[in-house]
Amino acid sequence: MTIAEVGRARLRKEDAHLITGRSRYTDNMTLPGMLHLAMVRSPFAHAKITSIDASAAKSSPGVVAVLTGADVAAQQGSLPNAWPITPEQKAPAHPAIAVDAVAFAGEVVACIIARSAAAARDAVELVDVSYEELPVVLDLEEALKDEVLAHPDLGTNKSATWIFDSGEAGTGKAISEALEGAEVLIERTFYQQRLIPAFMEPRSTVVDPTGEQITVWSATQIPHILRLMLALTLGIPESKVRVIAPDVGGGFGGKLQVTPEEAITVLAARHTGKPCKYTETRSESLMAAHHGRAQVQKVKLSATKEGIVTGLDVHLLADMGAYLGLVTSGVPILGAFMYNSIYKFPAYRFECTNLFTNKAWTDAYRGAGRPEATFAIERLMDELAVELGIDPLEVRKKNWITHEEFPFTTVAGLEYDSGNYEAATAKAVELFGYDELRAEQALRREANDPVQLGIGISTFTEMCGLAPSRVLGALSYAAGGWEHAQVRVLPTGNIEVVTGSSAHGQGHETAWSQLVADRLGVPFENVEVLHGDTQTSQRGLDTYGSRSLTVGGMAVLAAADKVIEKAKVVAAHMMEASEEDIEFTEGKFSVKGTDQSTALGEIAFAAFSAHNLPDGFEPNLDSDATFDPQNFSFPHGTHLAAMEVDTETGQVTIRKYVCVDDVGVVVNPLIVEGQVHGGLAQGIAQALYEEAVHDDAGTLVTGSFVDYLVPSAPDLPHFTTARTETPSTTNQLGAKGVGEAGTIASTPAIVNGVLDAVRHLGVTDIKMPCTPSRVWAALEEAKTTGGVQ
Amino acid sequence: MIPSAFDYAAPATVAEALGVLADAGDDVKLLAGGQSLIPVMKLRLADPAMVVDLGRIGELSGVRDDGDALLIGAMTTHHQIATDPLIAEHVPLLAKAAATVADPQVRHRGTFGGALVHADPAGDMPAPVLAADATFILAGPNGERRVAAADFFQGYFTTAVDDGEILTHVRVPKYAGWGAHYEKFTRVAQQWSIVAVAAMVRVDGGTIAEVRIGLTNMASTPLRATAVEQALVGAPLTRESIATASAHAAEGTDPASDLNGDAAYRRHLAEVLTKRAVIAAAGL
Repeated sequence: MTIAEVGRARLRKEDAHLITGRSRYTDNMTLPGMLHLAMVRSPFAHAKITSIDASAAKSSPGVVAVLTGADVAAQQGSLPNAWPITPEQKAPAHPAIAVDAVAFAGEVVACIIARSAAAARDAVELVDVSYEELPVVLDLEEALKDEVLAHPDLGTNKSATWIFDSGEAGTGKAISEALEGAEVLIERTFYQQRLIPAFMEPRSTVVDPTGEQITVWSATQIPHILRLMLALTLGIPESKVRVIAPDVGGGFGGKLQVTPEEAITVLAARHTGKPCKYTETRSESLMAAHHGRAQVQKVKLSATKEGIVTGLDVHLLADMGAYLGLVTSGVPILGAFMYNSIYKFPAYRFECTNLFTNKAWTDAYRGAGRPEATFAIERLMDELAVELGIDPLEVRKKNWITHEEFPFTTVAGLEYDSGNYEAATAKAVELFGYDELRAEQALRREANDPVQLGIGISTFTEMCGLAPSRVLGALSYAAGGWEHAQVRVLPTGNIEVVTGSSAHGQGHETAWSQLVADRLGVPFENVEVLHGDTQTSQRGLDTYGSRSLTVGGMAVLAAADKVIEKAKVVAAHMMEASEEDIEFTEGKFSVKGTDQSTALGEIAFAAFSAHNLPDGFEPNLDSDATFDPQNFSFPHGTHLAAMEVDTETGQVTIRKYVCVDDVGVVVNPLIVEGQVHGGLAQGIAQALYEEAVHDDAGTLVTGSFVDYLVPSAPDLPHFTTARTETPSTTNQLGAKGVGEAGTIASTPAIVNGVLDAVRHLGVTDIKMPCTPSRVWAALEEAKTTGGVQ
Repeated sequence: MIPSAFDYAAPATVAEALGVLADAGDDVKLLAGGQSLIPVMKLRLADPAMVVDLGRIGELSGVRDDGDALLIGAMTTHHQIATDPLIAEHVPLLAKAAATVADPQVRHRGTFGGALVHADPAGDMPAPVLAADATFILAGPNGERRVAAADFFQGYFTTAVDDGEILTHVRVPKYAGWGAHYEKFTRVAQQWSIVAVAAMVRVDGGTIAEVRIGLTNMASTPLRATAVEQALVGAPLTRESIATASAHAAEGTDPASDLNGDAAYRRHLAEVLTKRAVIAAAGL
């Protein structure tokens, strides 16, 4: 009996090369005769470009050429937005190099091409750009007024308004009924601060134009989409573009983009006929790579006096920044289906206004819309509990979908296939020591301890496995949501798995090997996973939205199943039996009721030699499969945070963090654990540390890691992680996805915990990040306004 | 992140370094670990024509017993300060402060003297050195001169070191029988101090006999919390008396406002952290 691979906590096979420096990041690429790029970026958030004098730069030592927007206006097209959420959606043209005007500080206005990176960088300061400054609009409430326009030519800052109404959709009642008759009405405004994805490897692109195809290496999550979009944007036949995503050091949605810099590197390589490389600095990355979140949420929750929620009304202002990137406009829509979360209230309305401002554009960032939605509803459930004076866990229990009620069609119109919120919560409460911590909290309050204790709760769910292609079509997204895989059986019986998923830290090489080893009954070590090169992996839709296992992994399994079916034909022929009598277990094909068997390896060699195959049998076992999910998957979990607040300084400390996640069937518990830890770190970072701050002129103040505070290991507590397992019914493995869970769940758990610690002192809300100075200011304000003692 | 071109010299002795400086003109920077200089050069906020690397001058590194004081070489790393047995015995305040600087990589590269001459108001070494009443030994074209800590720090990133001079050593008196603590307040571990307080206390019986308190990031230079010191000398060793005295910690300060907090918050922090630093230093 072989050991089952699925469920085994294997060390990741990719780590050996990644952590010993034998990695191949894009910036490691060096090609003969390669030229280097440096970007001239606008220091102004909004300005007309009146003239550019590049003569000094052009004559600087080592400089080959300088490209301005005017130079490439005819070739550069407009960078793509693949998600026009309404037919009327307004969007400015988005040139890779600004031509007439700039709309955010950091926008590229010229590109230096030189023989060395140093020569290119030196010449940046020699380009003399004259600007005529224009007024900036930075704040969402101001943008809504349309007094100062981010793009005067557009005539408005409003890109689009998108509405979901359960009454109109037929998925529930009209919200007006719920709000008018409300016994309890909770009305709040929440601010989702602007965040910066801050992946570890800065973006980098190398373009070689010298072959039959243009080869693009890029630090991207989406080699397949990038190939298609570069071709469409720059007017190059798709067949002439090959994209390679080599080792990629993180993305978190930040590399789910078709960037100006990628397009410019292609333009520069075509202009010079030589390989070109561009690698951004960290400062450039923070300033000009897309940002995330940046929403104002005006929410109303209605409930009965018993704490039964009757409706939720959401008015969202979403900051697009200066342009619409690949899926910028759709990010709030991904959240629209999640505001109701695990609860079964009958009325829901969501209205989102997408607004332009003079800041870097926003786009997908870990969770993309779903963290914002989860934050709002989980904060509201705590507010409702406070209003009614009942335990916040009790309020959730009164409203959540019970495990007997699945499958459950939500008020937002999604069908949740499975879940068990009771089980995850019970386990979390036990691991946490909920009652003991509540007792300690009461003692500390009574003693007026300078360090107060709070308990934060987040019972979350999310939609993963993006996405059923039909649903994406209905939401006006330009592409589908399937994934492709190929399983190739080599003559020796070794297996090559080609996947359209594009790992950039997730561990697909290991997980996919486990899947295929299990399914084909071959040793884990005999499986190689190939990805990230459009010449190897011809079809794919890449990695984002916790989709890789639940969509890409299913394509891998489907392809493996096809291999087995093909091999059965050969096995039957070899053993002179009928196909119906062939059984496949643990890598061996045997004839029912006999001791005759043959291994996959032998069949592979027979298929390769092709000396004796059934008539008409194509001599190979290789198989392709494309999997299009029929539904999303819905991981969920209960996160509990014990938060200590030092009332003398405002300092917040996480004393204990327990999370019980139900991500369905787990292929590799170690990888799941890693995803949860990293996700928690990023969610906690939003709650306590990170915020992109601009000054009144629109310049990014948090332009380096001195000011943009990304937490590191010493800042985070030991996490107690555990799982419950309710298999998804919408894919054959029962997996649900784990890439974003920790991020989505942890932010409201932390903030709820901070508020729970100081609410008895009169504090009712603190904006994120809950910095010590903000916490202290809130405590001081509560003192002066006579907060409850 | 590529700096502008610059000339580079790596002298082997202080005398040689002074010669290089004398010939180099005024657009020159000393490289003493480079944990601040290299980043600002890569950001092109500084573009010196010449960089003189002090890293190969052996005589500038290490800690020596010098009678009633310790003589600390300017190129001694933060890690060495944090782990040196002489410092642990005679001026533990320096070790405690050095152990909080940035992260292990920075502590192994960055130097004591480099941090002091850089004189970042949020840096962790100036306030303890001021509190310890150290003397700075400068080598220059006209020989050696000594500057008291109280005169050394002159403003934002500005010290008494003149062009052509090199800080060679810092002489720190021994504090036998004193307790010490460095109370640092940050949002994340590797951050510059938002506010920090360096305290040394000598207790005699149940009374505070002597106390020295330095404040980090409460003005453009490190400050002594003179009013607190005066209030504490002779005071009974109780939390209450320390808390009462610490209410004077913000007197005479002029802190900046930034993303980590405004001046009012920093003044408040100075009071709380002073109380905590003195309590910890006194072993209460």
